[in-house]
Amino acid sequence: MSAAGATISTSDPYRLGSRGPNLARGHGGGGPASKRVVVGYGFWLFLLSDIVIFACLFATYAVLSDATAGGPKARDIFDLQRVAIETACLLASSFFCGIATIAVARRNQILTQAALIATGLLGLAFILLEASEFAALHAQGDGPTRSAFLTAFFTLVGCHGVHVTAGLLWLGTMMAQFYAKGFRPDIGRRFLCFSMFWHFLDIVWVAIFSLVYLVGTRL
Amino acid sequence: MFGKLGWDAIPLGQPIPLIAGAVVMLVLLGILAWVAVKGWLPYFWNEWITSVDHKHIGIMYVLLGLVMLLRGFIDAIMMRSQQALAFHAQGYLPPEHYDQVFSAHGTLMILFGAMPLVIGIMNFVVPLQLGVRDVAFPTLNSVSFWLTATGALLVNISLVVGEFSRVGWLPYPPLSELRYSPGVGVDYYLWAVQISGIGTLLTGINFVTTILKIRAPGMTYLRMPMFCWTALASCLLIIAAFPVLTASLAMLTLDRYLGFHFFTNEAGGNAMMFVNLIWAWGHPEVYILVLPAFGIYSEVISTFSGKPLFGYRSMVAATLFICIVSFCVWLHHFFTMGAGGDVNAVFGIASSIIAVGTGVKMYNWLFTMYGGRIRFATPMLWSLGFMTTFITGGLTGVLLAVPPADFLLHNSMFLVAHFHHVIVGGVVFAVFAALIYWWPKAFGFRLHEGWGKAAFWCALAGFYVTFVPFYIDGVLGMTRRLQHYDVAEWRPWILVSAFGVLILLAGAVCQIVQIIVSITHRNELRDTTGDPWDGRSLEWATPSPPPVFNFAILPQVHDAEAYWDVKRRAREMNGSGLEPHYEAVEMPRNSPTGFVCAFFATIIGFALVWHIWWLMIAGLVGAYATFVVFAWRDVPEYVIPADEVARIDRANRLARQEALHGASAA
Repeated sequence: MSAAGATISTSDPYRLGSRGPNLARGHGGGGPASKRVVVGYGFWLFLLSDIVIFACLFATYAVLSDATAGGPKARDIFDLQRVAIETACLLASSFFCGIATIAVARRNQILTQAALIATGLLGLAFILLEASEFAALHAQGDGPTRSAFLTAFFTLVGCHGVHVTAGLLWLGTMMAQFYAKGFRPDIGRRFLCFSMFWHFLDIVWVAIFSLVYLVGTRL
Repeated sequence: MFGKLGWDAIPLGQPIPLIAGAVVMLVLLGILAWVAVKGWLPYFWNEWITSVDHKHIGIMYVLLGLVMLLRGFIDAIMMRSQQALAFHAQGYLPPEHYDQVFSAHGTLMILFGAMPLVIGIMNFVVPLQLGVRDVAFPTLNSVSFWLTATGALLVNISLVVGEFSRVGWLPYPPLSELRYSPGVGVDYYLWAVQISGIGTLLTGINFVTTILKIRAPGMTYLRMPMFCWTALASCLLIIAAFPVLTASLAMLTLDRYLGFHFFTNEAGGNAMMFVNLIWAWGHPEVYILVLPAFGIYSEVISTFSGKPLFGYRSMVAATLFICIVSFCVWLHHFFTMGAGGDVNAVFGIASSIIAVGTGVKMYNWLFTMYGGRIRFATPMLWSLGFMTTFITGGLTGVLLAVPPADFLLHNSMFLVAHFHHVIVGGVVFAVFAALIYWWPKAFGFRLHEGWGKAAFWCALAGFYVTFVPFYIDGVLGMTRRLQHYDVAEWRPWILVSAFGVLILLAGAVCQIVQIIVSITHRNELRDTTGDPWDGRSLEWATPSPPPVFNFAILPQVHDAEAYWDVKRRAREMNGSGLEPHYEAVEMPRNSPTGFVCAFFATIIGFALVWHIWWLMIAGLVGAYATFVVFAWRDVPEYVIPADEVARIDRANRLARQEALHGASAA
């Protein structure tokens, strides 16, 4: 698998449809993968573990959603209009994150910073809307200590909110790094992770929107 | 100002923890003073504390694990002696103290003894076996270690400041809820395990990435050494299971701190949900521990039988089978919950089926030995001791997996005997086999065989004398965690068991003596070839101890037994072939990030235990600042020039050629 294998592997690195040795880096016998692949792969694994945390919280919510202990049910407290605006903010925020990815690939500082600011502001709007929902519920006596259902609801949705907040802090450091250090490869890899994280939060939110809010108001 | 913390937190009325704590503090301060006086502080800071070298991190993990193993063993001695005395009497440990002792024993042994030992061995061995220079994320690796150390530190702080949990090694609600456990004990447990659990999760991510993405050229999946396969399976389990631990402990924490109602008796909480969640982590956890142990036995048995591992592919399949099925058995920890006959039957059958995978492995090890030229060195003795002990433990496990039998034996001493058979016989024996097997690779000299054999025989005999009586007491109806008792039939077996602990103690002493004697006689035990056992995988291709970059040139792998293949070719060619072309090597720079993170994590954990909110906020700000400073660094790597690489590698090649010619002359 010396010279001949190497020539084949450049034209068809993944040896599709071939039973021969896979010599692409990071696959089979191809030797260590590139840093970008390693970092992205590791972060994917982290996201999977985070999904397991959310899976536990979803399962807990499913078990406890009827345990209202005489307190309000889901349909009594959910305001779908507000949730729709929240969803729009978060999805639009992800759109600008995608724009930022393109801007980073083009090494365009102004567009990168502008897109990241838009990402952050929309994320912040989402968090503020969620906080106002929580505050309103708390004010009318329907806080997380009211019943097991509200405990599970606040924890599941709040855990997503904590993730978005942490993401905003991360976003700030990413903007500062791009501004101060430019488009270095290692900073590019970190941004790859950040954008994966931001889109991952979207996916979790879609699940929360469907399984908690939509299903909750129908029952 | 200091939350719940006051002078009453120091247990001035209880001499045992106070004296123990004082002794530990004096020893630590003494070591620190000695290091400072000798002028070794810069060495320790540069080479160990801030090291991101997987070998150094591995050694620190093992050291932490051994110390905690000893601490957990002291708890065990206290429990055995208490039960030996507390027949129709109160013994010397009051209930509230005895409860802390058995809770600390389980927590320390599993989470701060066995886990650091297994992860430490993975750290040291896996990159060497894969033929690469480091793990995927070296600095993250250092963070993982120091977060684990933080957890261990918090558990030990609880000895003298406040109290430890009294509710067992898994904090079942509602007992662990604020109403029934108002003290800080459960909080110490929660934060210690939570912080170290994050460290473990990061390790899992790090090693799956390393094993799947960073291997020497030519090392396809089915050419990886068996230990790497088991480490991969174990780390996959960590990624899938540890988030469940994080989530369930976080929910209990919210119950205790903010008055939430996940597991409370009031407002619709569901305590059994905690038991389900915690065992959805807890059962994979025992396979996280024992799968790498299986890998260690595979390496040791193959090496000391002088044969390739029998049924390598079936071993891989059995490992992955166990990896998956371990997620389908958790309910067997609480058949008595009342889930109904159908649910119990499903989990009972799954629990019996998982033994098939282990059975495949047992036969593979037997057939590896069959026809081999077996050398009964100490690692091999530990492996043989494991095979007999683990079969007993496994069979009693299959018995417990039968729900009707489990209804009788649930929470009895029979159960305690079972899980000590599989965890001590499986994991702890493997750790000692690995310690002796890879010690020469880590430090450049072998361990003394005589003391090692003495330690093995004392441990094996002591183990059986201690734990077999538990089976009998269990069948006689004795439940676990009894502070005192008045059933005369149990008494003789309790005394036998207490005697067994003395034999185990002799084993522990022999083990410590072995290490001390070996260090003082290190020049006679020196390993000059880098291959003291006639090994078969790539770690033995490096000098002992390996240079910081492990391999001057990444080895080209052609066979499942990479180094055996190299040796065979070298013998055929009567030499190691031509000298390669050396190039400069880039290595990650050491970083205090892990240590600083752990410092802030300790502050955050301690502040949360005692409700000192300003300190917690300060710790969080510090941790975020550490993150930013780390992100800001400009030069993450340093370069070792080609001349230096060549100088180190030439010495290694020379030693190997001499060994080769010595072997052919003899």
